[in-house]
Amino acid sequence: MKERTLTLALMDPPYESAKSTTAFRIISAALDQGINVNVFAYEGAVCLPLKDQAPHANPVKGTSLEEEEHPTTKAFVSSLLAKGNDKPRLTWVNCGLCVDERGAANVVDGVRRGSPADFFKMAGESTNTLVIPTK
Amino acid sequence: MSQYVFIESRDPFESRDTDFVEQTALAIKERGHTVIVFLVQNGVLAARENTGQLRHLAQAGVILLADDFSLRERGIRTEELAQGIQETGIDRLVDAMTQARTKAIWH
Repeated sequence: MKERTLTLALMDPPYESAKSTTAFRIISAALDQGINVNVFAYEGAVCLPLKDQAPHANPVKGTSLEEEEHPTTKAFVSSLLAKGNDKPRLTWVNCGLCVDERGAANVVDGVRRGSPADFFKMAGESTNTLVIPTK
Repeated sequence: MSQYVFIESRDPFESRDTDFVEQTALAIKERGHTVIVFLVQNGVLAARENTGQLRHLAQAGVILLADDFSLRERGIRTEELAQGIQETGIDRLVDAMTQARTKAIWH
């Protein structure tokens, strides 16, 4: 069977919308099916793999850090990159200008810096491309 | 012929522009293409039988899929779904999007 590749453009920042969760689910399901995935993170989405994210306790519920087990988007991105580290492959590119604007250069291993030109190339080489916009 | 996959994430009771998906899907279907509408996030609120939201799409032969994860999050049971709507996993969406001559549109 011919190799398939799906490219996603993400724009929402972490903890903003259910779209990030759906995007992570799409990426995971694609890798499970042996489909290569490219992610081009644009605008606020470049903060999804930000290494400085820290889980926290929940003082409203009175739960500790361990009990809360607060999920961070950087952990999701790391898990997906580990899942897609060979065949199938997950390639995650953060828009460099968006990163600089947000001071978001400290990202988890496996994320690389790029530009919209990378997105253009990825889309051209993919079976299909899905843009998940902020609105 | 092409295949069009519309991913509807919006609550029809909150966003008037969900009509965009219905009208566009119907127009494409009339031109003989395969059309799938995949309901996800608050988009699944339209999948309930008692809303009558997607009747025209079902009657036109548009394939209607509802994301199981989104349904469970919102407490919507399978037996509450309108006729013609299939509950499915997100893997079905991925498979549809990676078929030849397919266009995927998020809304």
